[in-house]
Amino acid sequence: MAVGNKTVHATEHLHSKAYSRPSWLRTLLLGNRFPTGLLRLIIIYTLLVFSAFLFLLPFYWMVNTALKPPNQVFTLPPTWIPKPVMWSNFLTAFTVQYETDPPVYNYALNTAIVTVNGVVSTIFSSALVAYAFARLEFPGKNVIFLGILSTLMIPFAVVMVPQFIIWRYMNWLDTLWPLMIPHWFGSAWNIFLLRQFFMTIPREYDEAAYLDGASRWHIFIRIILPLSKPALAAVAVFAFVFFWNDFLGPLIILSTPENFTLTLFLANFNVAYRGTPWHLYMAAALIIILPCLILFFFSQNAFLKGITVSDLKG
Amino acid sequence: MTTVDFSRPDNFWQSRRFRDAMVAYAFILPWVIGFILFVGGPIVASFVLSFFRWKMIAPPKFYGLTHYISMVTTDELFRISIWVTFKFVIISVPVSQVLALGLALLLNQRIKGLGFWRSAFYLPAVVSGVAGSIIWVWMYHVELGIVNNGLALMGLEGRNWLYDRELVLGSLIVKSLWNIGIPMVIYLAALQGMPQQLYEAADIDGSGEVSKFFAITLPMLSPAVFFNIVMGIIASVQTFAEPYVMTGGGPDNATLFLGLHLYQNAFHYLKMGYASAMAWIMFLLIFGLTVFQFGLAGRWVYYEGGAR
Repeated sequence: MAVGNKTVHATEHLHSKAYSRPSWLRTLLLGNRFPTGLLRLIIIYTLLVFSAFLFLLPFYWMVNTALKPPNQVFTLPPTWIPKPVMWSNFLTAFTVQYETDPPVYNYALNTAIVTVNGVVSTIFSSALVAYAFARLEFPGKNVIFLGILSTLMIPFAVVMVPQFIIWRYMNWLDTLWPLMIPHWFGSAWNIFLLRQFFMTIPREYDEAAYLDGASRWHIFIRIILPLSKPALAAVAVFAFVFFWNDFLGPLIILSTPENFTLTLFLANFNVAYRGTPWHLYMAAALIIILPCLILFFFSQNAFLKGITVSDLKG
Repeated sequence: MTTVDFSRPDNFWQSRRFRDAMVAYAFILPWVIGFILFVGGPIVASFVLSFFRWKMIAPPKFYGLTHYISMVTTDELFRISIWVTFKFVIISVPVSQVLALGLALLLNQRIKGLGFWRSAFYLPAVVSGVAGSIIWVWMYHVELGIVNNGLALMGLEGRNWLYDRELVLGSLIVKSLWNIGIPMVIYLAALQGMPQQLYEAADIDGSGEVSKFFAITLPMLSPAVFFNIVMGIIASVQTFAEPYVMTGGGPDNATLFLGLHLYQNAFHYLKMGYASAMAWIMFLLIFGLTVFQFGLAGRWVYYEGGAR
């Protein structure tokens, strides 16, 4: 559905069936009038503050606990502000080591490897495939594209067992390879997203280069990719969050603590420490989510773009 | 989508069309290889495997429909897991949409500090399933959690949110409502892209805000609602990390999600064939609910320009 058609249908729509539909609901609610002026502002900001409070509450509870001295964690009623603030909890959570388990930075390193590989591979392979669908003509194009989109409905559980068997056969279980290799072949959602974006780049750019004798590969690398930085950034931030937080993949592949990623470490924290030092637990959780939070604060636009670039209507 | 044919092909093999197609296939080759190895191949393998009994030691043994039959006849846990998953999806998905839309409407009210409020609501979406689950376990802690202590401040009695079989699924649903950042941003973008002429015309007609919402906003948003519901179904049928970390499926199997039951069968009991059969039921659940949505879509999803 073309966005540009909106104005044409604007007035027509007003007289459609939808316009007169919910009179009973209208009278039920406020007799059709939403308050105006000051009252309206008060209602809006009250709702905003209240919802933001609820949404941020878990973060407060995590930070509050992460900064408590151990003896305050189990006091009743709980202290609402840690006193004194124990910044050293982060250091403890990051360096503490249970028996023969590797130190936490080892898990962080594994997660970093998987994440960097995931971001690079997803961007590159998805862009490559998306370019073909946005710019080139070939038999079977539409069928293949539909095929790519329909894989979105396949739950991971369906391919999980055969993939596990493949890795077992390759003798790659309990290594990071199974978490890295499959992502070099394009991911359906990102192919779709990048294709939508590439189609908005004026064709004149690449046709001109083509007439000058540039190859498709050259056009892709030198023209399309540099013009697509916002979309690539969007794919990158979502890929980062996905790979950094992935759990089920590492869970079925990795079995020895040396190879664990941060999410596996966190999920096994209770077991490893026999009991729950909640202040360290929350400190570890905070350390693990911090990179994603920082990424979000510095690249909000990329996140928003990633969600809205496909425009849903295409 | 017109490509001008510049060359005059002497024969097919040298034609631009042919060479272009070859170049295009080279570009999509990664996906084709990946599809065969990691998606298409495994789909076929999983389907075949679901008719075999295979515990990874002895060679697979043909089992016919036995797995599918035993799901309904002997595996009590399977029935429970389907019911748990179904209840979760049926409640979590619609409530998430109402909440996400409500927040998006609030954010669309020409408020001050939009960036701050939007971040506050979006933030949980970048928190991992495992870390988020652990935070909520701590929130729900019977004695030390903020939920019960907050209730105590208001003079209300706390509950054992994660160990009461009547409450636990509800507790997980509440946790899932914390994660509505993505649908919220989609609604917000749709609201901001709304053509203002519609509202101006309605103002001339003297329509109130509430009727404007139901007559203009909601129909114009319906494609976004539809999209979010379908994506929500696909994701929530596969719920795994939350029950795995927060409850382990308990108490008394009250949060034994399909994904968890499947995982346990595959990787604890090594029942690869049975797990594959369950994976196909999971696919059917997603497929069925999605097709059902597409069936309903004609009645309530309004596409501008009237297509579909």
